[in-house]
Amino acid sequence: MKALPRLAILLFLLALAAALVRAVLDLPPPAVDLPAAVAANLGKSGVEHPVTAVLLNFRGYDTLLEVAVLLIALLGVVAVARPTPQHQAKDDANPVLQTLARLLAPLLVLAAGYLLWAGGHRPGGAFQAAALLAGAVVLLRLAGLLPAWPRPHWVLRLGVVLGLFVFLGVAALGQGALLTYPPELAGALILLIEAGLTLSLGLILAGLFLAFAAHREAS
Amino acid sequence: MTPGLLYALAGVALFVLGLGAMLLPGPVLRRILGFNVMGSGAFLVLVGLAQRAGGVDPVPQAMVLTGIVVALAATALALALARRQEQADD
Amino acid sequence: MTDPLPWLIVLPLAWGALAFLLGPGRGGALAIAGLAVQTGLALILAGQVLATGVRVHPVGGWGAPLGIDLAVDGLSAVMLLLTQGVALVLAIYARSYFAGARPEGFWPLLGFLLAALNALFVSADLFNLYVTLELLTLAAVGLVAQGGGAAQASAALRYLLVSLAASGVYLLGVALIYATYGTVSLATLAPLINGDAPLAVWLATGLVGVALLAKTALFPFHFWLPPAHGAAAAPVSALLSALVVKASFYLLLRLWLGVFAPFTVAAGWVLAGLGAAAILWGSWQAIHARRIKLLVAWSTVAQLGYLFLIFPLLGSTALALQAGIMQAVSHGLAKAAMFAAAGIFLKATGRDEVDSLAGVAGRLPLTLFAFALAGVTLMGLPPSGGFLAKWLLIDAALEARLWPLAAVVISGGLLAAVYVFRVLRQAFLLAPDDSHFHPVPRSMEWAAFALAAASVALGLRGVELLQLLAVGRVT
Repeated sequence: MKALPRLAILLFLLALAAALVRAVLDLPPPAVDLPAAVAANLGKSGVEHPVTAVLLNFRGYDTLLEVAVLLIALLGVVAVARPTPQHQAKDDANPVLQTLARLLAPLLVLAAGYLLWAGGHRPGGAFQAAALLAGAVVLLRLAGLLPAWPRPHWVLRLGVVLGLFVFLGVAALGQGALLTYPPELAGALILLIEAGLTLSLGLILAGLFLAFAAHREAS
Repeated sequence: MTPGLLYALAGVALFVLGLGAMLLPGPVLRRILGFNVMGSGAFLVLVGLAQRAGGVDPVPQAMVLTGIVVALAATALALALARRQEQADD
Repeated sequence: MTDPLPWLIVLPLAWGALAFLLGPGRGGALAIAGLAVQTGLALILAGQVLATGVRVHPVGGWGAPLGIDLAVDGLSAVMLLLTQGVALVLAIYARSYFAGARPEGFWPLLGFLLAALNALFVSADLFNLYVTLELLTLAAVGLVAQGGGAAQASAALRYLLVSLAASGVYLLGVALIYATYGTVSLATLAPLINGDAPLAVWLATGLVGVALLAKTALFPFHFWLPPAHGAAAAPVSALLSALVVKASFYLLLRLWLGVFAPFTVAAGWVLAGLGAAAILWGSWQAIHARRIKLLVAWSTVAQLGYLFLIFPLLGSTALALQAGIMQAVSHGLAKAAMFAAAGIFLKATGRDEVDSLAGVAGRLPLTLFAFALAGVTLMGLPPSGGFLAKWLLIDAALEARLWPLAAVVISGGLLAAVYVFRVLRQAFLLAPDDSHFHPVPRSMEWAAFALAAASVALGLRGVELLQLLAVGRVT
């Protein structure tokens, strides 16, 4: 690129940064007090931690769409990923790594389960648990203990969509508006949704990695 | 200068750096990383400014959780496409 | 849950996920059934809006600003009808188009694309709109990349990067708004935002506006569109040009008329100028394009320019909004028909070049007729929907004494005629002796024809559409 357009872009970025800094330092107090509203309604939300309440109850609709976003990414990656030939040499198993992976993977699953349950009353929840699950799968893959996943088998596909179906089911089958939980069942429903999400999102996140890592000889 | 405001200013810097990486020509990987840095900058601004008065606001924190997942999905797709594009070139 | 509104989002998510479960390439029949139900729901919803005015659906029962609100007014109802109608016909077309080749993820991605569009048209929450925009982008990019070829991956990547940069900028705008007002709900924000807002809000308006312009491919942010729409499979190009780009335009319009109204004083002129440039540049490129799909894609760039000519007029007359929406709807129908026809030409001749179209007139008369009818709308000839749109636009421009705008509209129509007739002329030439035509299923030709006929018929029945549009306006 010639120097002049590059200079123009840099000047624009500097101006933008200056304007943003000025704007950020100059703000009046907000008009609407959302944290107070969250605190006031926390008792009816079914969980004790405010972030989980916002994520899965007050603004649960965003979370629903976000699960679909991850699923779309998986579809796109699977369509485009092709086996790369250069990884076949790395197939020789490293026994130390494999033993470590075998020890760590169940611990990671256990930690994921804890995070899932803990999300109700402290930082935690479905996404964090799913990330740990995916980490366990990636670890097993890197140690050579799991095959690659260029085209998911139907059991895996079922696992991937299960979370979305559970979420949609709870969302659609309530009384009244979309995603209305009856107050006495709210906690149980949120835990159910989170469990489904942990499984599905874990599989999706793992799948995003495994689809890349396909060997040429994988089926 | 509260901690929230400091985070917000750092977020502004990250945002502008990330945007620059995306706009200026360069390797594809740099642009994808630029998107991630931009996203992180926007998240910092969101959470930092909401807590500039010192209180804790759960709503932007939940929004950022959603945003991180969305950014992750987008990055995965971008990397897959970049890899495919590179495979065809050789 | 008896309100049809949330079902328009839940249903496509459900059948999209189900199509994924069924396996690669499966799910066509499911998609068509789901879309038929959705079209019915959209009609019911439009009827409800006509009868009782703006409808609000508080998700979770909480209500804004704590929860997220969905809201439907006339504008949303029109966009929902356009989306379900075009998608239904394109799904029937795509089923035949992909018979033989297995489109791995087309049907699930179609479901999610529709869910994203429906969710976008009814959302009344700025952050929720960010999530729907991302959902829409990723589904569209995924669709462009289907087939796994390198050209598609390249075009898809450019589209994705531009779109992601735009989304990041949009998100910063939302962050600034939340910091200033403490809420992202459009209904709550509307009374709070006025001309005295701090610098952060002015910046946020600019950031959000530029982001949406980039997503709508307004000149000079248009460079990603022709490769993406030109490289994708024909049904995908149709969906992208007809529906996906309209979503970000809708959002820009919604925000312009709603929460950001106090800041829009001078920006209208800039948008109209860029729109005029888009019309001229896009038409010029279409006239010189060698590939059919590239020609149609550049035509999209040009036609999107018309949408931006209305912005300086929005404050002064109601005709401008009517013109813009009529243009969006008739262009959606016509462009879908054009890409469908281009896909049929591709299937029949095996090549994508304008020059290889010789002899098509004799072999595929219905498809060529569909292409010509779609061209009638793009040119703005009576009695088509495009004519009605341009008539309203010229009327609004003359009312505001803006003669140059009217001149641009008319010259755009003339330029469109040049590239449409270029294709038609080539098709009427005699086929060379070594030409070889593959048979094409009749259903595909009828699908293209139905879309084109609808775009023309819209001009005759435009009154009902404008009545629906006039119902209330949600902020």
